[in-house]
Order: sequence, then C-alpha cells, then structure tokens
Amino acid sequence: MTTALSILNSSLYEGLAFGLVAIGVYMTFRVLDFPDLSVDGTFPLGAAVAAVLITTGVNPHLATLAALASGLLAGFTTGILNTKLRISALLSGILVMVALYSINLRIMGRPNISLIREVTIFDWASNFLGLSGLSLSIVVAGVAALVVFLMLNWFLRTDIGLALRATGDNEHMVRGLGVDTDKTVLLGCALGNGLVALAGALVAQNQGNADINMGSGMIVMGLASVIIGEGIFRPKGISWVLVACFGGAFVYRLFMTLALYTTFLRASDLKLITAALVIIALAIPYLRKRIRHEWIPPATRW
Amino acid sequence: MDTTGDKMVNLAMQDHNILELLRVSKTFARGTVDEVKALNCVSLTMAPGDFITVIGSNGAGKSTLLNIIAGLFPPDNGGRVVIAGEDVTNLLGYKRASYVGRVWQQPDMGTAGKLSIEENLSLALLRGKPRGFKIALNRERRRFFRTRLASLGLGLEDRLGVPAHTLSGGQRQALALIMATISNPAILLLDEHTATLDPKTARTVLSITDEIITREKMTAVMVTHNMEVALRYGNRLIMMHRGRVILDIAEEQKKGLSVTSLLRAFERAAGEEFTDDSVLLSSEL
Ligand SMILES: Nc1ncnc2c1ncn2[C@@H]1O[C@H](COP(=O)(O)OP(=O)(O)OP(=O)(O)O)[C@@H](O)[C@H]1O
Ligand SMILES: [Mg+2]
Repeated sequence: MTTALSILNSSLYEGLAFGLVAIGVYMTFRVLDFPDLSVDGTFPLGAAVAAVLITTGVNPHLATLAALASGLLAGFTTGILNTKLRISALLSGILVMVALYSINLRIMGRPNISLIREVTIFDWASNFLGLSGLSLSIVVAGVAALVVFLMLNWFLRTDIGLALRATGDNEHMVRGLGVDTDKTVLLGCALGNGLVALAGALVAQNQGNADINMGSGMIVMGLASVIIGEGIFRPKGISWVLVACFGGAFVYRLFMTLALYTTFLRASDLKLITAALVIIALAIPYLRKRIRHEWIPPATRW
Repeated sequence: MDTTGDKMVNLAMQDHNILELLRVSKTFARGTVDEVKALNCVSLTMAPGDFITVIGSNGAGKSTLLNIIAGLFPPDNGGRVVIAGEDVTNLLGYKRASYVGRVWQQPDMGTAGKLSIEENLSLALLRGKPRGFKIALNRERRRFFRTRLASLGLGLEDRLGVPAHTLSGGQRQALALIMATISNPAILLLDEHTATLDPKTARTVLSITDEIITREKMTAVMVTHNMEVALRYGNRLIMMHRGRVILDIAEEQKKGLSVTSLLRAFERAAGEEFTDDSVLLSSEL
C-alpha cells in the first residue's frame, strides 16, 4: 500500500517535471511541425547552467532562470540553422544537440556536478513551506508546471500565439497573411527548448546532481509522453492539450516505474521500451490505412 | 507648361489605379535548357473596382501573373509592380500581404486546417499588421465574424469553434474567400479557386465570390478555365497566351460575347487554336 502510494507520488513529481519536457517537445513537433532533436542537449544544458551557477553561489532562482534562458538561446540557434541557413529541421536539431554535448562539458568542466551540499530551490522551498521529501518535490515541480501552464495557455491564444500555431499548420497561408514565419519558428523553437532546459534545471536540483548524460533519450521520452497524453485525453483546445502533456508524462513515468517491478526488465531496458512504444504509436495510423486500403502518401524524410 | 500638365495627369492616374504592372517579364531557369519565359513584357492597369477574369491556355502564365502581383517572386529586371500608388516591386513575400488577398485552387491552401474557423478569421483580420499579445478572440471579433459568415448563407456562423479541416471543400473555399477579403486588401487574387469543386458547389462559391467582390467593392483578378464563367463575371476579360496578354476586353464589348465568338477572337489574336480541353468541355456551369 505504501509502496503503491510512493510509486504514485514519485510518478506525480516526474509527471510534472518531465511534463515540461513533453510540452517543449509538443511545441516543436506538434505546434510547429518541426522535429527538433536538440532537446537531448538542452535538457542537460539547463541542468549544467543551473548547477554551475548554484555551485558558484548564485541564488538558485536566478540560476534556474538562467537555465531557462540558455535553453531559449539553444532553441533559437536550432531555428536559425533551419530558417536562415535552410538546413533541414531534423539536421538542425541534431547539429545543435551534438554541439551542446561539448558546450555542456565546457560549462560543467567535468561530467558530473553534485548539488547535495548546495542550496537549491527545493531547499529554499523546504524552509519556506516546511515540507520535505516527495511532497516537497511535488509542490515545487507543481508550481513550476502551473506557471508554465498558465503562461502558455494565455500565450497560445494571443495574436502572436495564433500565428505561431498556424505556422506549423499552413505556413504558406500564414506568410500570405503577412507573418514572417521565420520569426514564429524561431520563437517556437526557443520556447520549446527553454522549457526543456527549465525541466533540466529542476530535475538536477531535485536529484542533487547534474550529469552530462542526463539528456540522452529525452526526445523520445518527451514524444512518448505527448503521444500517450493525446491518446488518453484526446484533447480539444489549448488548455486540454497542455494538461494532456502533463498527464501523458505522468502515465509514461508510472508505466516505466511499474515496468521495473517486473522480474524480467532492468532499468537499462526502459529506453528500448520507450522506443518501441513510440514506434507502435507512430505506425498505427499507417497500418490502419494499409488495412483499409486507403491512399498513403510516400514516406516523409523531413 | 505642357510637361507639368502631363505630370499632373500622370500623378492623378497613379492615384486612381489600384494596380499597375509595367513591362513585367518573368523568366524561369534562365540560362539553362529549361528556360521558360512565363511572362513576356506584360503591362496592365486596374482601376478601383475592376473585376478582371483571366483565361488562357495551359502554361500561358496566368498563375505566374498572380504570383508576381502577390509578390511571391520579383519580375525580371526592368519590370515594376505598383499597387495603390506604391511601388511594391521589391516588397516580397509576407511583406506584400497587406496589399493582396488570395484564394488558391486547393481548398486546404487557404485555411489552417487544425485551427478553428474563428481562429482562422482572427489570423486573417490582422493581415499585414503587427501582431501582439492581445487575446485573439473576444466577443467583438466573434460578433464581426458571425455577421460576415452569415452573409455566406452556409450556416458557418454557428460553427465558429469547429476546426477548418472538418469543412467541405466548398465551405473551406467560402471561408478562404472571407479570410482573403476581411481586412480589405487592395486586390483580391483568385486562381481557379473553384476548379476542384463539383459543379454545383463551384456555382455556389462563384456567386458568393461575385457577391463579396460587389459588396466590398474589391478590385479582383479571377483566373478561370471556364469561358462562360469568364464571360458571366467581372467587368473586364483578358486572355493570355505564351506569357502575353493578347486580348483585353472591356465591359460593353464583353456583354455581347458568346463562347464561340470569344474562341474565334482568341484564335485571331494568338494565330493558333486554343489548346485547353477542359475549357471546351466545361459547359455544365
Ligand atoms: N516556379 C517555376 N519554375 C519554373 N517554371 C515555372 C515555374 N512556375 C511556372 N513555370 C512555367 O511557366 C509557365 C507558365 O506557368 P503558369 O503556371 O503561370 O501557367 P498557367 O497559365 O497558370 O497554366 P495553367 O492553366 O496550367 O495553370 C509554364 O511553362 C510553367 O511550366
Ligand atoms: Mg495556373
């Protein structure tokens, strides 16, 4: 019973923290129709920036904001590669991801930074609220998630937000209405990666260390969360889409934790399971069409 | 004395014309074996309220003409595009948007399918204007959209929140028409915008088009493959052939024309037969 509760609680925390990653992935993949793989690099980037600043004595709130800013910048770079240098979206993301590996190591100076002895926003909140353990983690991640939810729920309904959403839908038309779609793509990439870096900063502070490899597989995980969220919630409207991202991340994490309780799976198998999940989810619409003998467009190679 | 007088006349003319194309040529793939002269020194002026229908054989340069007006690409050196008195030759892409509204042949090109009808209309309302952080949809805008949609008589005014991709082709073209005209651009461009619709729907969309153009006093260019449509609508008809405007028929003259006399006029001007099967066969309208 208590294990069940603690599994639920830890999944809840992870759903909130990694829900930010899911929303970041949603922004690029779904809203912009821009398959941005730089996420694998921006997650540890956020962790690295926050960790280094905190260990040098910077206020943890400022350090977390700086992490967000570093993600915005990285996403912006991906967008520039695509819009101004016309490198394919997929390759732009991969290039930035690869470059970020070196940059992250430069920032950290070593592959791992411990934050155990440092004052993080979780410690700050703990003093402030008198909470500890998982409930503390849930509250802090919950506040961050709520703020992001409220801001995006507003932003995506503004005139600019609408132009951004339309860009991924019908770029041709949006340009015809006078929108510089290069700018909306840049904005969307920056926002998406900013959120992922923010998640990286939160997770690093919560687990007490930043690691150069903590972003590996993040993109597939984010995508899996988005797909699960869409499948379960079938969201209509912006608010529900955002909720579905968090919900999807929660269910995904719960699923992964439960998988570890089986006797035949190891922690190192989780990435394989995640990949399989995404493959199945992406293949289903195609296979359904095959079975119904519907017209199928040629495979996209982005 | 004389020259100043001339200048004044010229200026007054410029103010009066919505569109002036001056010696506009467009060459694709210049210097290669595939070189095409899609437009060959076309000059065209449109007065406010002019509604030109355009016909011409396949590859005559009709779409290229509209693309030049819309600023998708610049004309070859020496050509000029003036809209509403402003030289917009070098104002390309999204920067041209405030001058030109457009409806394409494919219904999915004119609307964002995942966005709702009202969101599409909000996007179109700010054509060419800076977009800020105001919530896009409010009661005032919705009321405005509803009245505009109600004028279509398709019942779309009660489906503001529905995603555009769930609409039928004809409904989507009607929505695209409203989107193209809602912010009153100087010119409306229609490139065979009923070509993919079934005959009945095409007729509906055409009469909606005519109604909007008349009511909003739009200056419009409509490309069509249907000669009867070209004769029935608009106050001016131009025929294109091999990158040139070979006939420009004014209103009075156009009224008395039949499809056969139009074909004959074409053949006389072009010196060859009209090569477009779809025109001859499409008499169902
Ligand atoms: N982007 C382009 N690149 C190269 N050639 C082009 C391009 N656009 C048009 N052309 C060529 O220019 C010529 C005129 O094409 P355009 O599309 O303007 O004809 P059209 O009158 O609209 O014909 P249709 O009735 O078939 O729509 C054609 O020979 C076409 O192949
Ligand atoms: Mg054409």
